[in-house]
Amino acid sequence: MGEKAGGGGAAGERGAGRVLAVAEVAGGTLRGASLEVVSAARRLADAWGGAVDAVVLGEPGAAEAASGLAKWGADRVVGIEAAGFGAAGPGAHAGAVAATVREGSHRAALFSATPSGRDVAPRVAAKLRCPLLTDVTALDVQGGSVTAIRPAYAGKVLARVRCTGDRLLASLRPNALSAVASPREPVVEVRPPDPETGSEGYRVAGFEPSGGAFVDVSEASVVVSGGRGMKAPENWGVLEDLRDALGEAAALGASRAVVDAGWRPHAEQVGQTGKTVTPDLYFAIGISGAVQHLAGMRTAKVVVAVNADPDAPIFGVADYGIVGDLFEVVPAIAEAVRKLGG
Amino acid sequence: MNIAVCIKRVPDTGTRIRIAETGDGVETDGVKYVMGPYDEFAVEAALQLAEAAEGGEVALLAYGPPATQEALRSGLAMGAHRAVLLAGEPTMDGWATARTLAAELSGWEADLVLFGVKAVDSDQQQVGPMVAELLGRPCATAVSSMDVSEGVATCRRVVEGGREVVEMTLPAAATITKGQYEPRYASLRGIMAAKRKPLEQKAAKEAAVELVVEALEYPPPRPPGRILGEGPAAAAELVRLLREEDKAI
Repeated sequence: MGEKAGGGGAAGERGAGRVLAVAEVAGGTLRGASLEVVSAARRLADAWGGAVDAVVLGEPGAAEAASGLAKWGADRVVGIEAAGFGAAGPGAHAGAVAATVREGSHRAALFSATPSGRDVAPRVAAKLRCPLLTDVTALDVQGGSVTAIRPAYAGKVLARVRCTGDRLLASLRPNALSAVASPREPVVEVRPPDPETGSEGYRVAGFEPSGGAFVDVSEASVVVSGGRGMKAPENWGVLEDLRDALGEAAALGASRAVVDAGWRPHAEQVGQTGKTVTPDLYFAIGISGAVQHLAGMRTAKVVVAVNADPDAPIFGVADYGIVGDLFEVVPAIAEAVRKLGG
Repeated sequence: MNIAVCIKRVPDTGTRIRIAETGDGVETDGVKYVMGPYDEFAVEAALQLAEAAEGGEVALLAYGPPATQEALRSGLAMGAHRAVLLAGEPTMDGWATARTLAAELSGWEADLVLFGVKAVDSDQQQVGPMVAELLGRPCATAVSSMDVSEGVATCRRVVEGGREVVEMTLPAAATITKGQYEPRYASLRGIMAAKRKPLEQKAAKEAAVELVVEALEYPPPRPPGRILGEGPAAAAELVRLLREEDKAI
């Protein structure tokens, strides 16, 4: 990179203020978190007088599925596509992203902190020899200088971090930054992956479905979490029913206690030794609210707690609480939600 | 089979984190430090793989202040054979940490380099795959179980909706998450033996840091909520508020 941080970035100069947004398409559908990434890229690029490129990697049709990103500020949507490339592995995907950044001289590249983004972004950073901020919840750009807010210690503190290098790589926590429309004419380009950028020694050999979540808990806009108050793993049907009533963007979460007890998979665990989440709506059902759990969900926008114990610490952080038998209260909530849906 | 496990000394997850007076770090007095909980899974995975291979060495590597020796000793007590401490002060810049670790590991002959999936302090979840890139190895992340046979590591990764099976040719690297591995408790014999196992401390070759923590803040306190009522009768009011006031559903 030629330009120095603080150099502003004159419009028109190749790459001066260009920003790359790495979008994700899963099952032929653009992920919601990608809108947030493009929107954040737009803000950086506007501050620097540059353009936003969105790149999407995967099977043929990925770029078409992502073409709607023009509405959120992408000047160009680039699909790096080939049959089988969706399962080519994170090394191949990182190679394709790093090559795109080099070629476009992007000053910043933004990812979603989804499971895939967490897997790919560090490899891109290493290939480009630059640092990476993970799980950013706010970005502030002043001139050439970018500061980010990101949780540390599982959200027990927020760190304000300045990137002093020439290039900024960051993954954004889903649901934390809102997407703002900034429409432009869609420009979609498709190209094949460079055969040189492979995943040597790495092969995706299969997939074993768990019958679990469709949306990862870290990405869901609504989370229904259960704790010890659920009493036994076979009682999770009431939470699954509420999740289903809340729609496709809802996912199940779990407290550490029930994961440690083997009732639920670790992939659902919310808290310091699990995932930190920022959904629009978080249901804590039968969760007392240990400090390490609160750290993982305190940035949720609205928190609802249902607990039999009126003194449970969870009520101290909940916007709305209902005291009572969750096996009566939760089905009543699901029923009321279904009535809304009409 | 030789396995290297990179571990980090972190505050116990039950710790109340207090921001230091300088404002850009956390108070260390009175904090209980432990080996990272995910690093314990990685040590357990390494020990099981070495046992299955009926031979080979499990070596621990850490980058941290001299007090990190304690965390390394606890890994030796679990059964690891030797440990190396790169004495220095790691920061939130995982890219700098990765270069420091990789500079050391490039001189090791490890078939596998394992990491915890993340450190519970900086929470950046990046050092493992960065080190693997620097060493030119394949790396599977968020691995819940793995086995090695004839130079191929078969890993199960936790992904959305299930487990992805990944095969890697050794030498390779992996980050380990909670899954099959239940970290063993160190026996008294193990603890005694650990005192005599080699633990080498040397100065870390620290890399330039490009991420500067300007300030730490506590997250804003959540405004006090309200108890809507008792029992299922409160459900309708809750759903009305979520729809009309919060527009959350």
